[in-house]
Amino acid sequence: MTPETLFYAIGMPIIGVFLGLVYKGIDRRVSARMTSRIGPPIRQPFWDVGKLLLKETVVPENAVRWIFNAMPILAFASSMTLLLYIPFGILKAPLEGYGDLVVILYLLTLQALAMAIGGFASGSPFSSVGAQREMVLMMSYEMPFAIVITGFALIYKSFSLSTIASTPVWSIVGPLGGLGVLLLLIAFLWVTPAELAKLPFDIAEAETEIAEGMLAEYSGRNLALFYLSDAVRGFAMIAIEVVLFFPFTLSYLFGLNLSGAALYIAESLWFLFKVLVLYILVVTLVRTSFARFRIEQASRIFWVYVNIIALLGLLLIWAEVM
Amino acid sequence: MAKTTYYVPIGPIHPALKEPIRVEAEVEGERIVKVDVKRGFAHRGIEYMGMKRNAIQTLYLSERICGICSISHPYAFVIGSEKALGIEAPPRAQYIRTIIAELERIHSHILWLGVIAHEIGFDPLLFWTWKGREKVLDVLEAITGNRINYSMYMIGGVRRDLKESHIKALREMITYYWEFTEHMKEVFLSDPVYKARTRGVAQLSKEMALKLNVVGPTARAAGLRMDIRQDIPYDAYADMDIKAVVPQDIVGEARGDAYDITMVRLYEIEQSLDIIEFCLDNLPEGKILAIPNYVALLNKIKKTEGEAIGAHEAPRGEVIHYFKYDGTRDGPAVWKVIAPSYNNINSWAPLLLGAEVADIPVVVAYIDPCMCCNDRVAVVKDSSGRILDYSYLHRKAVEKTKKLEKELGVRR
Repeated sequence: MTPETLFYAIGMPIIGVFLGLVYKGIDRRVSARMTSRIGPPIRQPFWDVGKLLLKETVVPENAVRWIFNAMPILAFASSMTLLLYIPFGILKAPLEGYGDLVVILYLLTLQALAMAIGGFASGSPFSSVGAQREMVLMMSYEMPFAIVITGFALIYKSFSLSTIASTPVWSIVGPLGGLGVLLLLIAFLWVTPAELAKLPFDIAEAETEIAEGMLAEYSGRNLALFYLSDAVRGFAMIAIEVVLFFPFTLSYLFGLNLSGAALYIAESLWFLFKVLVLYILVVTLVRTSFARFRIEQASRIFWVYVNIIALLGLLLIWAEVM
Repeated sequence: MAKTTYYVPIGPIHPALKEPIRVEAEVEGERIVKVDVKRGFAHRGIEYMGMKRNAIQTLYLSERICGICSISHPYAFVIGSEKALGIEAPPRAQYIRTIIAELERIHSHILWLGVIAHEIGFDPLLFWTWKGREKVLDVLEAITGNRINYSMYMIGGVRRDLKESHIKALREMITYYWEFTEHMKEVFLSDPVYKARTRGVAQLSKEMALKLNVVGPTARAAGLRMDIRQDIPYDAYADMDIKAVVPQDIVGEARGDAYDITMVRLYEIEQSLDIIEFCLDNLPEGKILAIPNYVALLNKIKKTEGEAIGAHEAPRGEVIHYFKYDGTRDGPAVWKVIAPSYNNINSWAPLLLGAEVADIPVVVAYIDPCMCCNDRVAVVKDSSGRILDYSYLHRKAVEKTKKLEKELGVRR
């Protein structure tokens, strides 16, 4: 074990959690301002987590205790692992070479799955309905998500995120493939709120229908872990989107000639800025301007329309690559 | 054989409900296969309290029956009282009463539009509509001194006059709401997601509406032309040609679903604006109380024997108060209140059966339920926790009625 690995193993989760919570705070603040409210301070998510960690963790009487308690840890662990696969700007992903886009797809799914299993294990009817909805939703949005990743694999002949990050996708595709990538981007933007369980696809947690669904029985430390993994997932998902579709670096855009530490700092900040802008556009703006869909409506949207868009994109890319 | 149905209890405390009531649903996947509605969590015995007080005190008690329609119950109360007493409010008071009632309809309907937006997960729309609602509350506060519970009405008139400054504020408000309602129509009626969530949800046919006895916007959305203001006009409504707002007049057909009821409520806001404008244009001069001296009024009530029914078209439907003055007390000897939610909640069970879990909040909210209005009974348990059955309670009720009849000297 080199000192570098040790730094990554300890540093990345801390940075990831911090950034996830900061973005969550900004998201809440911006959303509040958009609806003419003042909104909570940006450090509110930190306080939320701190308070949840102090609270008593209640396990319902008819819950399957060990599954109920294990699932938040599983979700949190998978979101921490997920962080290690994301290249920050020009920084290399810590676990580069040990996994690729397919692993990321699985890690994202694992979190949703952990929440669903936790919901089933908590023995509450609201959680069960929520978990069922989550399963249906997962079956719906995973397909377009997989198609997007397949499309990138076709272009780069590789699933490695670092390869993709090093060369902007727009510079290696022709006009036909560019159109295809654009369609993939549209499909991916639809998948994002569903993957993050945000409006209009927060069907599994619908507050007014099933009282937060899968999370209904969770409290204290368990809920804090889900909250953290949710925050990290939000950051990671948008970061992947930036890496895939908006990989333009500062030096590429403006021809800056930096080197050494200055380069790394500037590029990392630029990367974080891109993530922030996309986060506000894709998560905050969308969740502030949509109502919740019904589960069968959401399923139809993904199975029919988003799938058609994604497949069309894949077809165009395939036509160019072949 | 695995269990395929879940028992989902909605209430008495649940995020979809603003007041306590219980919907017990048996759910198979997302579909509701069995449903039972249980009411009676907010019974306060307010009618009994009213029968122990004098009429003016009871009038203010009636204002506290409902949390939102704080003018509907007093309105029905004063109308019924005036009929029983054989007095009539001065024309100016009648017009002021109508204005206040319509202002309340505006704020109640906008409140509902916000609530339904929240129920389908559209919180920004809730904030926006409620921000627009502040204007009418400000005007109400300027006129009556309170945002809610206005204490404006009196048997035989109103307690406060409209000043020039109030009329100016009202006209300003009318202009503001013509614009705001136009925006709301755009947002609610043409939003695809809103349409997807409400079209075909809580669909009540004309026949079902008649059979279930629903009232107010719920009935009008199903295409029934019923409105107390049109059918039994009172006060300033009698001077106007009021027509019930029904979807077939707006878009040609009535489907009776949550989308139609949104439309009915939006157009009723415009109707209210028209009514207020008419009242302001034709506001008569004169006094505002038929009997300005309250002692004289109470004395008159004490000497009057008579009974009457007062009806008012509240934002949620018709409110009916029954009165009996027996000539011995200065308050009602019998006071019976029927609130619109009592009828409208009938529609829950048939509408929820076969619906989806996601539709529960919409079905529950679309009638704008008011539990504290509708609860007329509570389940009685004896000391051992056993629920007293119907026949026992009925026997007790008959005994009580006999005793009351004897005390009051009612002859058959």
